[in-house]
Amino acid sequence: MRNIMAIADRELRSYFSSPIAYIIIGFFLLPFGVFFYLYLTSFVRQSLQMAQFGGAMNINQQVIRYVLQNASVIILFIMPMITMRTYAEEKRSGTIELLLTSPVTDVEIILGKFFGALGLYLAMLSVTLPYMGILFYYGNPEWRPLVAAYLGLVLMGGAFVSLGLLVSSTTNNQIVAGIVSFVVFLLLWIVGWFADTAGPTIGPITSWLSITEHFDDFSKGIIDTKHVLYYLSLITFGLFLTAKSVDTERWRG
Amino acid sequence: MIEVQHLTKRYGRVTAVDDVSFRVEPGEILGFLGPNGAGKTTTMRILTGYMPASEGRATVAGYDVFTHPIEAKRRTGYLPETPPLYPDMTVREYLDFVARIKRVPSAERKSRVDAVMKRTHVDDMAARACGKLSKGYRQRVGLAQAIIHNPEVLILDEPTAGLDPKQIIETRELIRGLAGNHTIVLSTHILPEVSQTCQRVVIINKGRVVAVDTPDNLTARLRGAETLYVQVDAGGADAGTALASVPGVTRVAPADMRPASGAFEVQSERGRDVRRELSREIVTRGWGLLELRPMRMSLEEVFLQVTTEEGPGDAEAPVQEAPRA
Repeated sequence: MRNIMAIADRELRSYFSSPIAYIIIGFFLLPFGVFFYLYLTSFVRQSLQMAQFGGAMNINQQVIRYVLQNASVIILFIMPMITMRTYAEEKRSGTIELLLTSPVTDVEIILGKFFGALGLYLAMLSVTLPYMGILFYYGNPEWRPLVAAYLGLVLMGGAFVSLGLLVSSTTNNQIVAGIVSFVVFLLLWIVGWFADTAGPTIGPITSWLSITEHFDDFSKGIIDTKHVLYYLSLITFGLFLTAKSVDTERWRG
Repeated sequence: MIEVQHLTKRYGRVTAVDDVSFRVEPGEILGFLGPNGAGKTTTMRILTGYMPASEGRATVAGYDVFTHPIEAKRRTGYLPETPPLYPDMTVREYLDFVARIKRVPSAERKSRVDAVMKRTHVDDMAARACGKLSKGYRQRVGLAQAIIHNPEVLILDEPTAGLDPKQIIETRELIRGLAGNHTIVLSTHILPEVSQTCQRVVIINKGRVVAVDTPDNLTARLRGAETLYVQVDAGGADAGTALASVPGVTRVAPADMRPASGAFEVQSERGRDVRRELSREIVTRGWGLLELRPMRMSLEEVFLQVTTEEGPGDAEAPVQEAPRA
């Protein structure tokens, strides 16, 4: 546990001592702010119209849900930048030799890197909380669905990190790691698009595979164990294969 | 302290290390000598648990590096060929991180970091980012990270590579100072380095151990055909024939492009010292003897000799170890 902490701590520091963390967070906040503004203004306009007819609108369903759904796509684009260097950079610079010859197990190294990257992701998510604060200040959204949605974002991010780690562990070139993870993430997103057109057998399978599809219920405020299970198993799967990949590398030398 | 038995490492069809066996006693400095690509780094990587061997076993401080890697790694400090530094961390941050993963108790961490920085003379760069250090400082920070947890065994892969002469001397002194408390294995391809720092030498070539001995025995044994550098003040081929006529001399060749310089390389029979006869010959002829010295043997010559001595036929049996003094 101490070793995992030490490695996660170092990972996190290295993100923040270089421009990477700030670029990533800035790159995320820009489209996030745009989405937030667009959905919020259209919500205000619509709710004014609705008020004339005596109706009311739900800010959770009309703003938060859509903003976070769009955010999940931005996250998909950003995750490769967070995970691409994790192993690739250490292998290129030779620092992996320090880790592998220290009294630390492979699993501790992998978990350390996982939590380090996840830490940056959480920092990135936490910067969106002030936006939600604005909603709470001027309106009164429900907090429970919001918590569910953020839980979903954390789980989804964990799945991306774990798969990104796996890709990064197979190469010593960051750029290759970045591009391959991006393609993998992209495939895991668009595979869900076939759900409607594919037949009754293939359709459910493709929608089940889609990494963003599983976030849908979370964004509505529903915590369904099947989605939690999906993300948790994807995380475990990614970390397990990373361990195998590191071990294979070791034998091949 | 270190025991290596029949270690073999194959990468696909290439055999990088072939049936290597040796042992290192506690407190000893062992030199690992060989040309580039001889298998030094691979052997060291197996000893440090970086990669497993294809065959054979290795124990460090009594722990098998394959079955008890964590115990073995706790007792090993390792300086790889390129010091494993994180460019964006300062020297202090970096050493603190290494101390954490090497399990230095947190209460002692700060004092250990300060102590090793002082010992390796990097304390003036404590707040500098590792990526901005000069080659000499990188190497020393690498050495600092290897000794931070006070390991019983130190494995240093070419610790003086790329340093300037002053730094080389400092590093050698540092390594000699570490011996006694630590058992050290260091690799190099510089022969004088071995005779200056190591008590025993393993010569490795093409993945095989070709000789294990003390530096003195090795040079004595390897001297075999003795080569002397002789310079006289009488020029021309005349001097050459005169030198060649001395009993025991097998070959005389001009050591200089200008034959008039009177400089010759004189080879004699194995184990026969002809310096006395040579100087007498020169002086009785009334010439002036300007210089007479044994030629230093380069690593290439040592290798040529070791490999031809063994011959392809009996390369199976490494040279027997001389009893230790």
